[in-house]
Amino acid sequence: MTAVTLPYPFEFLFMQRALIASVAVGVFAPMIGTFLVQKRMSLIGDGIGHIAFAGVGAGLLASGAAAVSGPGIWPVAFALVFAVLGALGVEWLRAKRKASGDLALALFFYSGIAAGVVLVSLGGGLNANVLVYLFGQPLTVDRTELVVIVSLAAAIVAAMLVFRRLLFSVVTDEDWSRVAGLPVGFANNVLAVVTACAVVAAMQIVGILLIAAMMVLPVASGQLIARSFGGTMRWAVAISVASVIAGLAASRIWGLAPGGTIVLITAGVFAVISIAKRGVAPRLPLPVDEPVEQEA
Amino acid sequence: MAEPARLPDAPLLEGEDVTFAYGRTPVLEGVDLSIRPGEFVALVGPNGSGKSTLLRVLLGSLPAGAGRVRLFGQSPEHVRDRGRLGYVPQRPVLASEVPATVAEIVATGRLSRRGWWRPLGVTDRDAVEHALSSVGLDGMADRPVNQLSGGQQQRAFIARAFASEPDLLVLDEPIAGVDAESQRRFRDALVHLVEEHGGAVLLVSHELSAVAPDLDRVIVLKRRVLFDGPPAQLTEEGVSLGVHRDDLPLWLEGLR
Repeated sequence: MTAVTLPYPFEFLFMQRALIASVAVGVFAPMIGTFLVQKRMSLIGDGIGHIAFAGVGAGLLASGAAAVSGPGIWPVAFALVFAVLGALGVEWLRAKRKASGDLALALFFYSGIAAGVVLVSLGGGLNANVLVYLFGQPLTVDRTELVVIVSLAAAIVAAMLVFRRLLFSVVTDEDWSRVAGLPVGFANNVLAVVTACAVVAAMQIVGILLIAAMMVLPVASGQLIARSFGGTMRWAVAISVASVIAGLAASRIWGLAPGGTIVLITAGVFAVISIAKRGVAPRLPLPVDEPVEQEA
Repeated sequence: MAEPARLPDAPLLEGEDVTFAYGRTPVLEGVDLSIRPGEFVALVGPNGSGKSTLLRVLLGSLPAGAGRVRLFGQSPEHVRDRGRLGYVPQRPVLASEVPATVAEIVATGRLSRRGWWRPLGVTDRDAVEHALSSVGLDGMADRPVNQLSGGQQQRAFIARAFASEPDLLVLDEPIAGVDAESQRRFRDALVHLVEEHGGAVLLVSHELSAVAPDLDRVIVLKRRVLFDGPPAQLTEEGVSLGVHRDDLPLWLEGLR
């Protein structure tokens, strides 16, 4: 793999790898995020990130025990297993109403981060290997990691295209979908597994601590602009991809942390759009017919 | 009646001696009812009479304590072809964090009818358009649902149920608090479904004035079935569904 000719700041191979991996994340994160926001599970990405952190700890420990030269694929592989199981666990608790969505998340969230802390300390403490996954570092993505990220991204986008109608119905009106005979449990599990894959694929780019932001912030901007669910998703992807490219360029030019820079730009886009919307189009009053009475 | 599902006039929905209790509180006792193809039936009863519970049992979201329920000739939880059922819930709560258009919502009505994994084709788009015009929402397809008035929203949910071209349409208090124009549209749409498509309608409502002349039967429920017959017979018992809007609600309250 050699560098193609691209202008500064993307002239080097490491920047081009970073660009491909980051754009992939920029595409799939808000696609999933649109469904998560509608389901009022905006923070699930954060919770699953914490569970993935336990997987990273276990992977680093396992690679140490296997006496291989570097961590290699181990942290990502373990993180994927932990994240998928954790996501299914959260969904199971939520669906069985053994805990509210919020509480189910907290249970896994804190168990995950606690297990991560213990496993990382066993594996040699907070060193550079760990920090990459916590804060993200697209500039050090190597060829194998790029292949993993792009493959996961392709699988996630394909799943989203196949399941989007079912997922839309279930996240928008779960009760009705159940009566209509749609496979509600299956749909929720699909969303959980895809979210877990997305967290792991994005972990090295924006970092575990900022993954949920990439899923949610572009969607927050998109729903201000668009009038439909599909439109919100398309705007969110466009804003996210643009933010990713701008963030990478800025981080190279000014030597900033790439993950944080990307997320700050998506937040900045949201601020600008919401201020502009308020200035240009003040909220119109809703059409009124007689009020719908509430039954006690 | 070995294979009721195959007879052309076999009931689409049937309850026999249905009993249900929340803990020790009996809610339904020995309820018998059946809905046949082409019938337009209203289910009425005072608040707390068990109407919503009965619906949930009939549609399989609550298990009957005792008795037998058949939806399309099968036990409700085993019905494979649920696309034949259209359902309009009582004041559905849509998640609205992300805007969704009327067309997007109504199109979900096609999913169970034709398989959720298939892309939407021309037939589906036609069905969505037809459903929208039958509730008078043509031209509103691209409007976000959460910017519609209450009555328009309720019509969008009815259109979602229509979009599946149901053999049986079940509506749970769909027009409570809806404006007169929406009620008229609503009545036309139900009559159209019954007369043109031979569909059956089970309407749970307090406000029957809009549909009174079109009803085949009225079922009055208060834990058990108190009355099951044509509206004219109910009128003979001194209860009017249509002329005086308040007659029915007042009479129902008197049943408590």
